[in-house]
Amino acid sequence: MNVYIDTFINGILIGLIYGLAAMGLALIWGVLKVINLSHGAFITLGMFLSYLIFKYFHIPPYISVFFTLIIGFILGFLAYFISLHKIVSHAKNFKEYELSSLLSTFSLSLIITGFLLFIFATTPMAINLPLSLFETKLLASFFSIIFTIALTLFLYKTYMGKAIRAVSQNIDAAKLMGVNTTLILAISFAIGISLAMAAGNLIAMVFPFSTLSGILYELKSFVICVLGGLGNPVGTIVGGIILGLLENFFGLFVNQGLVPFIEFTILILLLIFKPNGLFGGSK
Amino acid sequence: MKKYLSIALALSFAFFGCLDKKEEKGNKQSISETKAKTASKDFIVIGYTESKTGKFATESREQSQGLKLWAEDVNKNGGIYVKALGKKLKVKLISYDDESLKDRVQQLYTRLITEDKADFLISPYSSGLTASAAVVSEQYGKVLIATGAASDKIFKKGYELVYQIYTPASRYLKDAIDLLKEKHPDVIKIAIIYENSNFAKSVATAAKKYAEEKGFKVVVFESYDPGTSDFTTLINKIKEKGAQALIGGGHFTDGQAIAKQVNDVKLPLKMLCILVAPAIDKFKEIGKAALYVSGPSQWEPKVDYSPKTYPEKFYGISSKEFVEKYKKIYAKDPSYHAAGGYAAGLVLQKAIEDSGSLETSKVKNALDNMDIYTLFGHIKFEKAPYHGRQEGHKMVIVQWQEKQNKLDKEIVYPKEASTSNYIPYNKKF
Amino acid sequence: MKKNLFSLLLALGIIFYFILTPMILNSPILRESSFTTLMYIALAISLNILMGFTGYVSFGHVVFFGIGGYITFALLYYYKISLFLALILAGIFAALIAALLGSVVLNLRGAYFAIATIGINEAIKSLVNNLEFLGGAEGLFFNMKIYKSYGGPQNALWLSFYLLGIITIVVLIISYLIKHSKFGLGLFAIREDEDAASTLGVNTKLFKTIAFMISAFFPAVVGGIFFFKNGSIDPGSAFSLTKSVEMIFMVMLGGIGTILGPVLGAITYDKIKETLLVSEAFKNLHLTISGIILLLIVLFVPEGIIGFLRRKIKVLKNILD
Repeated sequence: MNVYIDTFINGILIGLIYGLAAMGLALIWGVLKVINLSHGAFITLGMFLSYLIFKYFHIPPYISVFFTLIIGFILGFLAYFISLHKIVSHAKNFKEYELSSLLSTFSLSLIITGFLLFIFATTPMAINLPLSLFETKLLASFFSIIFTIALTLFLYKTYMGKAIRAVSQNIDAAKLMGVNTTLILAISFAIGISLAMAAGNLIAMVFPFSTLSGILYELKSFVICVLGGLGNPVGTIVGGIILGLLENFFGLFVNQGLVPFIEFTILILLLIFKPNGLFGGSK
Repeated sequence: MKKYLSIALALSFAFFGCLDKKEEKGNKQSISETKAKTASKDFIVIGYTESKTGKFATESREQSQGLKLWAEDVNKNGGIYVKALGKKLKVKLISYDDESLKDRVQQLYTRLITEDKADFLISPYSSGLTASAAVVSEQYGKVLIATGAASDKIFKKGYELVYQIYTPASRYLKDAIDLLKEKHPDVIKIAIIYENSNFAKSVATAAKKYAEEKGFKVVVFESYDPGTSDFTTLINKIKEKGAQALIGGGHFTDGQAIAKQVNDVKLPLKMLCILVAPAIDKFKEIGKAALYVSGPSQWEPKVDYSPKTYPEKFYGISSKEFVEKYKKIYAKDPSYHAAGGYAAGLVLQKAIEDSGSLETSKVKNALDNMDIYTLFGHIKFEKAPYHGRQEGHKMVIVQWQEKQNKLDKEIVYPKEASTSNYIPYNKKF
Repeated sequence: MKKNLFSLLLALGIIFYFILTPMILNSPILRESSFTTLMYIALAISLNILMGFTGYVSFGHVVFFGIGGYITFALLYYYKISLFLALILAGIFAALIAALLGSVVLNLRGAYFAIATIGINEAIKSLVNNLEFLGGAEGLFFNMKIYKSYGGPQNALWLSFYLLGIITIVVLIISYLIKHSKFGLGLFAIREDEDAASTLGVNTKLFKTIAFMISAFFPAVVGGIFFFKNGSIDPGSAFSLTKSVEMIFMVMLGGIGTILGPVLGAITYDKIKETLLVSEAFKNLHLTISGIILLLIVLFVPEGIIGFLRRKIKVLKNILD
């Protein structure tokens, strides 16, 4: 096959996976205005959950992902009340808790990572399904698309989803309209975490991983959120695809080692010139 | 306010002024301290840091397990006989977590030396951390046995008391290239890809130089970022450039991913030789993708280093004994990190016995003249300009082969250590 | 004026305590632990000038620590110039880079600025990873001979310690002077409401950039000293994001925007970590435990130690800063 077509297809597939990894971060960032620094830790947690389920119950990740979604939701719900509720509910507006929320979610990531390191050290893990890399990528991309559609439908078609969007646009107005904002914020955070863990669960079947893998996806997720904006899941997926294509095509022409440099330079340039995402209006 | 400020400034200059005097005193004091200490000794204290957290946690844990096993063995026999004291002393290991970070390595090693009164030091895992620790060990005149550190660079820096157990990076892939030359004289174009990290880069750079000397043409020489897990683009590049053999890797995860992805696209390479990953047992998790992948290893549980193989200079337990003991405690095969940890202890033990002393200068002398075979293989240290670098120890090359439908790791090079014959990688397609 | 001076003197006293005890007791172990403490103090104070006074939270501030480390290292490695000169050049260079970067990223606010600084750190780390003359991913290693010109490794370690002590004092005094100057007033105005400050005639862009430059200068010098002392440098340890976040934590812990706060924050953080690292019971889980402690602080003492003391003890209310 032609190298360019190969690279293009791979870029799209990887991009869909990156988009999947970033979806939870974008949702939480968009609704709570919190940059969740425990995002990577929860992705890692999802990976290990996937691994353990596969190892002990022989359930492959593409099935266990539904279980992980539920676990993730519960953990996320708890995590919101443990680490964020006190800060968020006391603040008059999100500017006030912007900084402390970064710190509290970072503490959360320390707690999770420390715990995982204690049990698994940095031993590399892999789930080996009788599938080729290409097939697992296809499978993960398929889930990425499903999740995007499901999340979009949820946000635009259900009452709960509309309430979430209302809160994300104007929390005070939503409160006046009788929306239980605390519950909405907690649910949004829980969904975000649930998506992060589900992403980890699926990525674990594609690539090998270790306790410290989550942070890589977290950094990429920042870039994607800035690329795709925070408005809706479709934007995130498109952001992911752009990143995937960029990485793959740059990798073809320059030394692979330089790819992160290019990636983060793009991030900075975008932040400066297009802070609302490629598709958002200029600032 | 200005008054207070000037006082503060004056004070800061004042203490800066007494700097010189202070240090002369420091030197004398530390010498007298050491003398007082050796008189009433019950233990030989050996200090090291272990990366219990952070990126080296796994390797470091195994290294530390090997070292602990050695200490147990020694203490079971009543300790190490120190002639100068006329008695056997037991060994006491003291360690702290360095978090795989440079930040506290020097602080912890200073603590080990001054507070815990360590007589000898073992290095942390990795070359970077070892370099930080070496500055402290040199300062206090303590011997530092460096295991888990394969860099050459440390040994060009004029350190007098650092001794390396591992085969250095510059020779890491030498044998692999020799093997390639020997088995595939028709191969000209090769690709080298490596993780952009300290260790892998040193190895790859040295390998490129050696390969070119041997007449190969390195058509792809590229790095990838640590943590990379998708090699599709790189493999495409290798395919396009028509490389017939691929050498490289970095750590376990990326190495395993490369093997899997090369297999997925059925790239008909004559040889696929990957760092680190194939030497580790977990590699077989990827099933058929592991077949005929080869890789260099510092040591293998299958090697037979025993008094029988090296009757004259052999020291300590044989490799088979070590494997058995390790398995009994940790319920798995030891990795080369573990064997390296044990060997580090052994080398120290031998040097103490040879010199009959715990004094740095005498032990250093014994180390400089050491030439032994252990369960880890040959141990002999270079003289200046690369003082302390390992020159005796040799790598083995392993290859995953199939025996009765089961994947098995065999040693294929060098001939004297081999357990099976080398098979070209593309034979499986 | 008097109340502010009290905090400065207290902070100076604490720093002198950390400098003098290892010196008087001639104890290398105290020197090593004081070195880490002083390093954290200096880094926290520097960050506080930007984060506390101006309200811009740099999540990638360690980038200047790394840049300073690399410049110092490279200058000593290739040109063998004196350490002091190299440190000053490193500081100036870092400040210039800060001016350059600041002219663009300081237009971003809040979380976007934070993310941009993370991006800068990662981009520069990746760049250095690929620069051959800086050793790439392998990094650079000193020859022991370098220490000979500073009286051998033992003296070099003491020298690094004293230099760090001086820098810590200098950065403390500078942070004090800034806070009580017109310039500082302008910075605080920016922190409270940047648009209002601008309308009131504060040249916000210039002020922010200068604050950014100052808060970049000192971490660079500290980085230079740190890597000189370590004898080797590599991108992973020079541009570690964790250290960045640690710096923010120390400032928050002590009390953001205060003089004494970063000092107390750095000491508390360092001592918690050190205790956890060497304690038998906790050393395996120290990351988790420090996470829990930090979370508790963020949740229950968000105003930091200084704010807490001010609130609880009336006498201190007007004295502490």
